[in-house]
Formats: sequence, C-alpha cells, structure tokens
Amino acid sequence: MNIIVFIKQVPETTQVQIDPKTNTLIREGVQSIINPFDMYAIEEGIRLKEKFGGKVTVLTMGPPQAESALREAISLGCDEGILLSDRAFAGSDTLATSYTLAMAVKKIKEFDIIICGKQASDGDTAQVGPGISTHLDIPQITYVKKIEEVKDNSAIVERMTEEGFEVIKAPLPCLITVVKEINEPRIPSLKGMMRSKKAAITTWKAIDLQAEEDRIGLKGSPTQVVKIFTPPSRPKGQIFDGAADESVAKLVDILKSQLI
Amino acid sequence: MIDYLLTEDQKMIRDLCRQITEEKITPIAAELDKTGEFPWEIIKVIAQSDLFGLVIEEKYGGMGGGVLDVCIAMEEFSKGCGGVAITYAASGLGTYPIILYGNEEQKNKYLPVLAKGEKIAAFGLTEPAAGSDASAIQTTAKKEGNHYILNGTKHFITNGGDAQIYIIIAITNKSKGARGVSAFIVEKDTPGFTFGKKEDKMGIRASSTRELIFTDCKIPKENLLAREGQGFIITMKIFDISRPGVAAQALGIAQGALDAAVKYARERVQFGKPISSFQGIQFMLADMATQVEAARALVYATAREIDSGNKNVGSDSAIAKLFASDTAMKVTTDAVQIFGGYGYMKEYPVEKYMRDAKITQIYEGTNQIQRNIIAQALIKEAAKNKKK
Ligand SMILES: Cc1cc2nc3c(=O)[nH]c(=O)nc-3n(C[C@H](O)[C@H](O)[C@H](O)COP(=O)(O)OP(=O)(O)OC[C@H]3O[C@@H](n4cnc5c(N)ncnc54)[C@H](O)[C@@H]3O)c2cc1C
Repeated sequence: MNIIVFIKQVPETTQVQIDPKTNTLIREGVQSIINPFDMYAIEEGIRLKEKFGGKVTVLTMGPPQAESALREAISLGCDEGILLSDRAFAGSDTLATSYTLAMAVKKIKEFDIIICGKQASDGDTAQVGPGISTHLDIPQITYVKKIEEVKDNSAIVERMTEEGFEVIKAPLPCLITVVKEINEPRIPSLKGMMRSKKAAITTWKAIDLQAEEDRIGLKGSPTQVVKIFTPPSRPKGQIFDGAADESVAKLVDILKSQLI
Repeated sequence: MIDYLLTEDQKMIRDLCRQITEEKITPIAAELDKTGEFPWEIIKVIAQSDLFGLVIEEKYGGMGGGVLDVCIAMEEFSKGCGGVAITYAASGLGTYPIILYGNEEQKNKYLPVLAKGEKIAAFGLTEPAAGSDASAIQTTAKKEGNHYILNGTKHFITNGGDAQIYIIIAITNKSKGARGVSAFIVEKDTPGFTFGKKEDKMGIRASSTRELIFTDCKIPKENLLAREGQGFIITMKIFDISRPGVAAQALGIAQGALDAAVKYARERVQFGKPISSFQGIQFMLADMATQVEAARALVYATAREIDSGNKNVGSDSAIAKLFASDTAMKVTTDAVQIFGGYGYMKEYPVEKYMRDAKITQIYEGTNQIQRNIIAQALIKEAAKNKKK
C-alpha cells in the first residue's frame, strides 16, 4: 500500500503573538512544530503501513527549514520525505498550495491513499486537503475518525459530523483528512531518530513538478488578506443567582424593559 | 548550566526520555503512587522507543550504548516518577549479567527480546536473612543430571511477578563458601517458581516488589551463567556498573524536587511578597542547586569512567551512589520545607519525591555498605602503596 501524508510546519501556537502594527504573526523566536492535526495523519499512515505493508511518503511545502518536520515524521516511522521548496511557491494561498501539492502527487504517480490533518493550526482553513483531491479528481472524505477497513481496492471509514458520524465507503485511491479522535500519535523510537538523522530528503522545485507558472505562489493565489484583527470579546452576561422563581421574574422584567 | 559534552546521540536519548516523562509519566505519577499499579502502559512506550536496548549490543537488536546513556534516561524518568524509573532500571539489572557473562546461546535467546522490551527482567539476590550480608543466602541450586533444582526464597525483588526473566543467585556448593555461589537464568512460569506477597511500600510505589519462592524448581543446566562458583563475582561486577543508575535515579528525583520548589517559591506569596524573595528561601534553593549539580557531575563522570573500560570502578560507583542518594534525601526534604504545609499534602508532588528519595539510600547496597566499600578501597590502596 502506498500512502502519502501531507504535513505542514507551523509555529507553536501557544506562543504565537500578532504584531499590532503590521497585523502579521511574530515568528521570531517561536519554535516550529508539525501541525498538531498532521501528527494524527502521520500516525494513521504508519498504522496502515504496519497493517498492510508498503510505504509512507511524507511531503511538505515550505522553506528549507521545513526539512526538520520531514525528519521528525521519518523518526516516527515514515519511509521517505519530500520537501517542496522554491521561491516561486512563496505567498501561496490554499488554492495554489493544493495545486502544488497535487502536482507533487502526480509526480509520485503510484499511491493508494492520501492522508492530511483536518486543518492547520495557523491558517485554520481546512481547505488544502479537499483542494488536493479536487485537483487530482479523486474522492475525498473529511473529518475521518476511524478507518474501519481497507480491502478490495476500497476503504470504509467513519466520518465525524455534527450529530454523530457517517460510515462511508470510497474506492481507492482517495484522500482523507483526519481528526484527533482517530488515534494516539506515538513517541518516536531511538532507532527511528537515528535513521531520520541520516535519511536523504528529496527537494522538488516548481520546475520538477512541471507546475504552471501562474497557478503557483503569489500569482496563483486569488486570496488576499486585507486585515487581521482580534474580534472584540463578548460583553459579560448577567447572572441571577437568587431563588429560581425570583430570578425568572427579574429576567422577564429586564427583557421587557429592553423590549426584547 | 554546565555543558557535560554529551554526544548528539546522548542528547537525543535525553530529549526522547524527557518527552516520554512529560507526556506519559508525570501526568499519571500521582495516580500510580496511589494505586501501586504496575506501569505497563509506560513500559510499553519505553520499549517501543528502543530504550530497553540502550546497553545491549547492536547485533542483538540493541543500541550499543553505555552506562552514561542509561544514567541520562534514569535521570529524566526519575523527574517524573522514581517508581517507573526503577522498574526500567531493575530490568537492566537483570539484563547486565546476560550481556556480560552470558554465552552466545544465552545472548541469542534472551537479549533480542529484552532489547525490544517484549520481556522485562529482574535480579534476585536478597533473602529475608541475607540483606547487606549477601553471603548469608540460603537458596540452593542442586545439580541433577542435565538440570539444577532450586529451593529457597528471595524477597524484596523489584519487578518480581511482572518480569519474565530472572537472574537468581543461589548456593551450588556450600562447603566452598562465597566461591560456592552461582548465578542462573530462571524464566517465569517454570514449574516450582511462584511469587509471594507484593510489598506495600513507602515510596516508588509504581514499581512492584515481591517474594520469589522456589520449590524444587527444575531448570535446564544451560541456564547457569558463566561457571559454577562465579555468582558473587558476577553480582559484585554488576552492582559496580548498575549503581550509577541508582545514583542517576536519585539525581533525577532531586532535580524534580528542586524544579518544583523553585516554581512554587515564585508563586507562593506571604507577607505581601513571593517567598522566593526571602533570603532564607533563596539560600536553601542555592544549596539545593549546588548539591544537585555536584551529584550530576559525579554521576556522569563515574558513568564515563565505566564506559571508558576501567574495570576497577567499585569504589567510584559507590561514591556516586552514596553522594547522589544522600543529596536526593536532603534536597527533597528541603523541597517539602519550602512548600510548607502544602508540601506535606499529596496534592503537591514534593512529598512523593521525598518518599521516593529514601529508597535510593537503601537498595543496591545501603549507604553504610557503600561507605564500607569506599573505605576498604582506600585502605587497600594505601597498603599497596606502602609495600612498594
Ligand atoms: C524497594 C526495594 C527494592 C529492592 N529490590 C531488590 C532487587 O531487585 N533485588 C535484590 O536482590 N534486592 C532488592 N532489594 C533489597 C535491598 O538491596 C536490601 O534491602 C538492602 O541491601 C539492605 O538489606 P536489608 O534490607 O536486609 O537490611 P540489613 O542488611 O538488615 O540492614 C539493616 C541496617 O544495618 C546496616 N548495616 C548492615 N550491615 C552493616 C555493616 N556491616 N556496617 C554498618 N551498617 C550495616 C544497614 O546499612 C542498615 O542500616 C530491594 C529492597 C527494597 C526495599
């Protein structure tokens, strides 16, 4: 089974602050980590490999430093890391990103399943996974909380919904995005860490992907961030903590006086 | 912070063990302390992370590392829970004899499963009437054809009942005294091998401590380690290299208590100020930090000395164990003092550090016995120099 996992390196969110002047993230001195949701994608990829054999290829698009995220994924048990890094990719929105990642999948050619985290903790869009599947024209199942079965060239999975979950069968190859309920990511092994230190990381540039120039990077990105702001916090509510009937009466009075 | 010039691999071990401690051990340490339940979940994580194989040769599936690597792991685990740490170390104590004295067949049979942590080990020397005086053991191993028949009782054995592989020290020839004692590998589920009660302990409660009972327990003669009569030599040599591990356990417990004390001192306000602003508290913290750092330097230096191949390390490793464990007792007691009445309560971690610290002064040779070892080495050395 050939498994592809997409990951993103993000700033450790507990430390992120926004520059009040420029409205951008202050990245200096902030540690980079693998997007927490992607840790579940990596774990699920490794579990599939352990069950069905095959290999897990992990990909990320980012600056050269993103290589460390790939090495961490390899230390956990992924087999190969591919870094998509090129100045031409800079400024990509979710459309350009998913196009670029899909082009990388086309270059890999052979794959049975693609796994992504449900969203990245920095952008929170949850658009890249579905975007990749659309570019590749393969089925997508988002918010997967369990892979029930993989056989006869199809997968049966449980997908979280607001009310409960759906059981969905999809032909392979397909793309799933996973939620944190799906597994408990493992801690790396020493042997894995040693292997990851020595592992060769492949880097692909725009030209390697035969990507169309005006569909990548800033040029391929119709989205523009006009403004980033913190919404004002909701004003405090009022609590009536007297006896129930008294409080209800008070509440009704206030509602009436405000003509609600 | 002193840079101890750890290798890249050793830093990796430290970071990995720190991650395991923070994510898997610390969150449930208080619960394990309360229930005294064996920490299988954590042991599984440690196993999957290849840490049981640190000192096992690579050809048997281990990492081919040394005593310092184990000390680094012990220090980190012990910051989270001394009981989990000793469970890990006691398996090492039962593994070392096979590494150092096992023949090729024994190594092939046992080391790969121990390296993977699929099975854990234990070491059984102590008996009800033979503690500090190991020569008083009564357990016997009588040779009959292709077998040895074991009879006797070991007690206070860490991992007893939970380990699958046991190193047992027993008398093979009473008339030869200390040279009539041998070491055996005994597997759990061997007929005639049963377990007594599990001890209810003051500290390191996550670790299991049980009695091992041998009643006409028949083991194949292939399970003899080295040769007959080598039991005490093996025991002494193993303790020489395992004591730094206990010292590192003490070090980690002390560091954990110090960290907790510093944090608490900055938060606790009395007389309108954090108590960390009082010199009386500051001086305690400073002394604690000094003692902990001195213990660390000693533990690491001793471990390095062993890893460099020096065989004559008995006294050095006794010094490290003695100093680090006394430090742990003192530092953890002071940590409770800094926490005041809160420190006496189980809601805070320091009283557990204090209870856990106590055992490090007792096992693998009490600190009185360590002093005997150190003094005897001094006197022997002086006598040797005089003869020249
Ligand atoms: C939690 C726990 C786990 C253990 N795990 C193991 C294990 O895995 N395997 C194993 O084999 N054993 C184990 N032990 C046993 C441990 O090593 C012994 O308890 C220890 O060696 C002391 O022996 P004892 O308890 O019989 O004390 P004793 O030897 O009776 O000592 C009593 C007191 O007398 C002092 N004393 C004794 N002789 C002298 C002397 N010559 N000079 C001065 N003072 C002296 C001692 O220091 C001590 O203060 C464990 C013990 C405990 C409590």
